[in-house]
Amino acid sequence: MKQIINSFIQAKIFWPLVALLFLLLINFILIPGFFQIEVNNGHLFGSLIDILNRVIPLLVIAIGMTLVIAKEGIDISVGSVLAITAAAAAALLESTSVPIALIFAIVIGLICGLWNGLLIAYFEIQPMIATLILMTVGRGIAQLITGGQILTINNEAYGYIGKGFLLGLPFAIYIGLAVFGIILFLKKKTALGLFLESIGSNMASSKFAGVQPKKIILIVYMVSGICAAIAGILVSSNVSSADANNAGLWIELDAILAVVIGGTSMRGGRFYLGGTVIGALFIQTLSTTIYSMGIRPEITMVIKAIVVISVCLLQSEEFRKLIKKPKMKQKVSEA
Amino acid sequence: MNAEYLLKSENISKTFPGVKALTNVDFCLRKGEIHSLMGENGAGKSTLIKVLTGVYEKEEGKIYLRDQQINPRSAEEAQKLGISTVYQEVNLCENLSVAENIFIGREPKKKGVIDWKKMYQKAELLLKEKLNIEIDVKQMLSSYSTAIQQMVAIARAVDISSGVLILDEPTSSLDNNEVKKLFEVMRNLKRNGMGIVFVSHFLDQVFEITDRITVLRNGQLIGEYKTNELSRTELVSKMIGREWADTPETGQKKIVKKERNDFLRTNRLEKKGTINPINLSIRKGELLGLAGLLGSGRTEVAKLLFGIDSSDEGVLVIDNEQIKSMNPKLAIGKGLAFCPEDRKVEGIVGELTIRENIMLALQTKKGIFNYISMKEQKEIAQKYIDLLNIKTPSMEQKIENLSGGNQQKVILARWLATNPKLLILDEPTRGIDVGSKAEIRKLILNLAAEGMSILFISAELEEMVGCCDRVVILRDRYQIGELEGDQMTVSNIMEMIAEGAGVS
Repeated sequence: MKQIINSFIQAKIFWPLVALLFLLLINFILIPGFFQIEVNNGHLFGSLIDILNRVIPLLVIAIGMTLVIAKEGIDISVGSVLAITAAAAAALLESTSVPIALIFAIVIGLICGLWNGLLIAYFEIQPMIATLILMTVGRGIAQLITGGQILTINNEAYGYIGKGFLLGLPFAIYIGLAVFGIILFLKKKTALGLFLESIGSNMASSKFAGVQPKKIILIVYMVSGICAAIAGILVSSNVSSADANNAGLWIELDAILAVVIGGTSMRGGRFYLGGTVIGALFIQTLSTTIYSMGIRPEITMVIKAIVVISVCLLQSEEFRKLIKKPKMKQKVSEA
Repeated sequence: MNAEYLLKSENISKTFPGVKALTNVDFCLRKGEIHSLMGENGAGKSTLIKVLTGVYEKEEGKIYLRDQQINPRSAEEAQKLGISTVYQEVNLCENLSVAENIFIGREPKKKGVIDWKKMYQKAELLLKEKLNIEIDVKQMLSSYSTAIQQMVAIARAVDISSGVLILDEPTSSLDNNEVKKLFEVMRNLKRNGMGIVFVSHFLDQVFEITDRITVLRNGQLIGEYKTNELSRTELVSKMIGREWADTPETGQKKIVKKERNDFLRTNRLEKKGTINPINLSIRKGELLGLAGLLGSGRTEVAKLLFGIDSSDEGVLVIDNEQIKSMNPKLAIGKGLAFCPEDRKVEGIVGELTIRENIMLALQTKKGIFNYISMKEQKEIAQKYIDLLNIKTPSMEQKIENLSGGNQQKVILARWLATNPKLLILDEPTRGIDVGSKAEIRKLILNLAAEGMSILFISAELEEMVGCCDRVVILRDRYQIGELEGDQMTVSNIMEMIAEGAGVS
């Protein structure tokens, strides 16, 4: 039993989980009715449901990002891809049906990912630089699509994706679960997980063992692109509009943070999808908490930064060693 | 305590997850001696060295340096105390110049700015005086051979050290001349009163250069002996703890069992600047050796066959099918397997478990969507752990935690799991202990007897002659000849390698 507890404490997911629970506890104490869930019109409402609903775009992108980071890469273009797909979907809805708009949006995400993947895998441009290109250009492309305007969407079926309810829960939650499920399946039931962790850990050895890194890199960035496209659909559907400038602004940073809080190292190798979910939930809960506690917007970012630093420090083994035995360090008797 | 002791450790113990690496080990290095630390892989040599140099924290025991108790907690601290180490794998920065590598962290400065001129001068002087080599110290380290890189590492260590120098497998990538040169350097340092710990798997070298030998086995001290009072057989039996005949190959190789058919054939296969045209043929079930000095093109040939590097001219035929452009995945599909020379960089995937490391090649052969079930994976991993006698508490251990010999066995397991028709082994016994070496040799002979073709690359010519049916000899990236049957002797191979090499 003790061993089980011990191995749980050692697990990557332990500290982010503790942080999340701690945050919920603060909410429980300070914000009355935080855990209250009301049934209204057959739909569930409450702060918790709200968090779950709002976290989905971030979560979907963070899951894609987890794969990218496992390959020692990074994709900072996801926010811009989100904006492009949101704009494209909104523009297409003016003339075509919902399924076609959705398919196009996903395909655009796929093409964006393919672009990143080609630059990184075949032209060996550093991931940060390669995705920076699309990050910068992407918003421009989105603006071209929207013609510089904020496009509004008046389509009930499309609106259902980001605002609708199914069996009492927001529909977006099911999409989040589906994406998580599919990627988890790819990790556990195909060799993608093994190959990805192998490449992220030692590229040369993987090549010698016959793994084709280029192919895997391409797949990973394409998945990230698709995830960004799904997030773009969710966001535009939720607010019934596509804003080329502000949709998904800085979401790449939150996504990277969620991945890292979840225990996946930026140096690649092992990746933890469950950890990423916790990380994303943590970030969203934090934002919600800050708003509902009425903290002045000027210092919101400071609070966020402090909390994030604390979590990251807790995760650092070196730091934990330091607080565990601060007095053990004695000067060596030199000759 | 006695003042003639330079470095002394008492009762050192160290545990890793699931492995007791050292149990109450004493070790003692005297002034002006060369002292060898011997033992099989996993005996605890590397661990002991890492404890002495502060890389690992010991759990129990004491370390004294010249009668002062010390407790180094980092390599840097140990270095400051005057204990410097050159590790098995060269730990230098390839993208810095030779001089920078020697003086990194302690560059000579003038008014707070690095004094480059002085640094280059000092580096040149150091290399010339202590090691007797003259190279351009402004060049990037990566532009030099592994041997030179090793020398640079030693130069750096010698320069830092103030009495204690630890050399962990310094000779494993050096050729005979370079070893000779290194030994000169070591003798010179010894005369100046330095204490040198020398770890090597080459028994000849140990007997040639050392004064004393300390033997470890399974993390325990077996004893300390004077080299001239110890015979080879005694030493080996102390190391592996069982009776041991001096000849490693007990059952000599089996006699002609090969079929007529070539499994693999090359016709003027070449990669410009790397290897000149080669004509090889490997029959089914044949054990073909590839002999030559370091840099003769041995590894390059292997890489070409396996598609790591692509050839720019010539023909490669496998199983009567001409391969236009080779890549590792295709090679695996055709039944090739390749155990690379540099285990740490090209072999193991450090973060992954033993099971995952074993499964990797078989999984790439099967493809990404044809995932091998966990149950099957565990069966396969367990099968090879048992078959190759891999010492680990669990198959879910990170491969990083294993000793070199066991890591090598895992890599062998990875390839055997793919059931290959041609196994390419590039220095499979380099840097591993006598026991594992013998096991691996035996395995190679058995595999060949079962009909697997093997391309065997090794720097140890006795090993080659003992194992191979035929040896192809390379020199300076040219294929220069071939020996078979009675002609295939160590002296003949050496002669062939040496022929004409002295002209330049």
